[in-house]
Amino acid sequence: MTTPTPYSRRIFLQHGVTLASMAATIPQFIQQSALGMLLGGSGVPEERVLVIIQLGGGNDGLNTVVPFGSREYYAARPSIAIGGPGTPRDQTGQALVLDQAKGIGLHPNLTGIKELFDGGRAAVIQGVGYPNPNRSHFTSMDIWHTARTDGKGTGWVGRYFDCTCNGTPSTEGAVAIGQAPLAMMGETQKPIAFESAEMFRWLGDDLHKALHDPYQAINRAGSLDGIEPNTQMNFLMRTSLDAQVSSDRIRNAVNKQPLVAYPQSSLANQLRTIGAMIRDGMKTRVYYASISGFDTHGGQLGTHGNLMRQFGDAVLAFQNDLKAQGNDERVATLCFSEFGRRVAQNGSAGTDHGTAGPVFLLGAKVRAGLLGEHPSMTDLDQGDLRHTVDFRSVYAGILEDWLVAPSAKVLDGAFQKAALFRA
Amino acid sequence: MAPNPLRPLPNEAFDYWKALHLLNRAGFGGTPATVRTLANLGVEKAVESLVEFGSPNATSDRQTWDASIRRPPTAEERSIAERARRENDEATLARLQRERNERDATDRTQIQSMRTWWMGRLIETSRPLEEKLTLFWHGHFAAGYRTVQDSYHMARQNELFRSNAAGNFRSLAHAMVRDPAMLKYLDNDENRRGRPNENLARELMELFVLGEGNGYTESDIKEGARALTGYTFSDDEFVFEAGNHDSTPKLLFGKRGDFDGDDFVRLIFERQAASDFVCLKLFRFFVNDLPGTPSEESQAFVRALGKLLRENKFELRPVLKALFRSEYFYAAQHIASVIKSPVQLIAQAVRSYRTPVRSIESMASAAGLMGQDLFQPPNVKGWEGGRSWINTSTLFVRHNVLVYLLTGRVPTGTRFDANSDRCDVTHLLSEIRESGGDEDVSPQSIARFLCRFSLATRPHPDRIAAIANFLTTTASAPENDRLLGALALITAMPEYQLC
Repeated sequence: MTTPTPYSRRIFLQHGVTLASMAATIPQFIQQSALGMLLGGSGVPEERVLVIIQLGGGNDGLNTVVPFGSREYYAARPSIAIGGPGTPRDQTGQALVLDQAKGIGLHPNLTGIKELFDGGRAAVIQGVGYPNPNRSHFTSMDIWHTARTDGKGTGWVGRYFDCTCNGTPSTEGAVAIGQAPLAMMGETQKPIAFESAEMFRWLGDDLHKALHDPYQAINRAGSLDGIEPNTQMNFLMRTSLDAQVSSDRIRNAVNKQPLVAYPQSSLANQLRTIGAMIRDGMKTRVYYASISGFDTHGGQLGTHGNLMRQFGDAVLAFQNDLKAQGNDERVATLCFSEFGRRVAQNGSAGTDHGTAGPVFLLGAKVRAGLLGEHPSMTDLDQGDLRHTVDFRSVYAGILEDWLVAPSAKVLDGAFQKAALFRA
Repeated sequence: MAPNPLRPLPNEAFDYWKALHLLNRAGFGGTPATVRTLANLGVEKAVESLVEFGSPNATSDRQTWDASIRRPPTAEERSIAERARRENDEATLARLQRERNERDATDRTQIQSMRTWWMGRLIETSRPLEEKLTLFWHGHFAAGYRTVQDSYHMARQNELFRSNAAGNFRSLAHAMVRDPAMLKYLDNDENRRGRPNENLARELMELFVLGEGNGYTESDIKEGARALTGYTFSDDEFVFEAGNHDSTPKLLFGKRGDFDGDDFVRLIFERQAASDFVCLKLFRFFVNDLPGTPSEESQAFVRALGKLLRENKFELRPVLKALFRSEYFYAAQHIASVIKSPVQLIAQAVRSYRTPVRSIESMASAAGLMGQDLFQPPNVKGWEGGRSWINTSTLFVRHNVLVYLLTGRVPTGTRFDANSDRCDVTHLLSEIRESGGDEDVSPQSIARFLCRFSLATRPHPDRIAAIANFLTTTASAPENDRLLGALALITAMPEYQLC
């Protein structure tokens, strides 16, 4: 007999299987499909996927999407500006032309993006930012993740699942490679997050056959009765259940060889894993990958050049993989950074924290081309660019036209949606 | 009058389980026998024994590291290099490049050794609070090796955190603006008159002392950056380069003067938030890391700690003592309410079950896999802690690290080394006999004790039943194996992630 405790007793079967209330123990995705059957089909494009790539540290937008037609650009960056077409520079080479008339090009190492752009698979959205820019990495990143100018509260992708009819919370709805990003944290929606698929199971199973059932019962029990909802205990019990449910599914998906070769880099590995999950038909609607190191305060040319190469090559391989799978029309990929950098270089051949920067949207269905206006290089705000596109307009465009969700509800305010997809 | 938020726990209320709570939070746990010893001291002496860990012994337990790997080139070496470049002497240039690469590799090896050394120290220290606070400061004044690129500077910073672990918060902040690792990490070595770099000035206020937006403006950041110009280092020592210092007047927090970096720190510490912000971080680290704004009661507790810190001119020991002695620290809502950091998970498992350490190097790597790479915090904000430690992937790593510690079983896909050292946990049974008062070692009583001891809180009956059931079905197996199996299950419980 057990001693009396604050918990109420429940049935315990000899085999170590625990019964509990439906809500606490049935994996969320099963609940959701049961609910889906009751409600009937909603006519929503279930097949569409959004992949988000975060460039952490504040990517130098002006050396990514280069205003080679601007004299001010070269005046402000005597030793780190990238040369224009026909006027290459020793240290930096020359930009890949996107629009000769407007004098806009890409970093010379972004050959991957250039190929996608030329093939009608890349939209380059210029001058994306928000009013009263915050130059703290963390606050600005939180602002992008929450889609709120105070950077507080839940993530915008999390809220999409929380509060839209087609994106009800689901265990497989959101998957992040690496740490779970704030963007995917809703009130109820939480992402699956893992660094690598290999470690995704319990090895105690191999010790003794009598361990399997109790381990499963313990970790699939969900939140036990008597546990307060807003506690770390509750959070851990729910996350443990999610981990078990995800384990088999994901290990199964990523074991397959990709259809195209990926380069060797962290971002490429992440995108290869995401590509495998998409190919496997997982019900995931939003994936998250990230690359960091963009905080180039000093001697930035080599560092930034390497990052541009890794970024451009990885996303090109990913888009080609999706195309080979026949999934390129149902996946859109959004690439952003928390801010751009100051217009002028600093004293250490680097750049300090700035404001607006470019956003890339990739995929076969995007409205390819150079979108928005490049921020003025003459009308600066204390040495910083003035944004021309609010990032929440980009989110609104994706929510309305790609995920088919009411953007005002998700973004907690009405924002003019940017036209980002082909009709 | 409102009750004193820091009122101490009555001595008679300090029992075995409260002693366990204290030992888990102020340290990395311990065996049942250690907990009992602590409980017998009474709360005041128990706290005293943990907080008064003495000052570091300068000679006996200090590890020495090679300071010369990253030494600057001598005048002779410089002239050789210059001549080689001038004369296009490719053979010499190639040799110099090779030597640079070798130094890089040697330094990377040294930081790995340091990581292993510190992990070992965290696990084995006889002064757990000293190491725990050293880790706290590493996460607070966060600097990472990948940017600092000098293992010796990281070692020096680590020693600084340890020698000031429970010392003076203001002194530590002053030391930070003279610390080569920090100066490099936040680019202050590039912060010069006429070409300011704001990184250190901003983070000093935003992340180190005041908290984001708490009592400073963008202008204070720009002016503070000018105050910090010329604060740099040469080889391993702080250097103030007067020629690079901007000595024109600055306007900081409404005061005008020719302030330098130390004046800037002094002025920051005159702000109210200087005491409250760090106390909130101590609260989240030691008491409760539930996300969101703390309860009114917790905020009052933090404010009282902040007041005490100010009254004691930023000395930390009185604050830590008051915290660990307070009744509030032992309140029900704070029991099993902090999610173990990866280091806590490992060190506590070894210390409480007396498992073999097996491979300290593997444990340091495992901590990295779980998101806590020593000497490499994710960014200048340090480790976020709390729920950020847990995702569906790190949970499996956590379960598997415990399987490894208990059994030596090698998780696949990692660099863990196989190690067959036997883990003898039968010592736990003597405690069950002790507390049972007789020879009651039924599956039920074993399960109840192991769960209660491991989970730091009253276990759910389902959990006890699951373990008792396992012990019953394996009744014919050797006793130690059954206990290890039970512990493998208990340490895979969601509750085990809390301390």
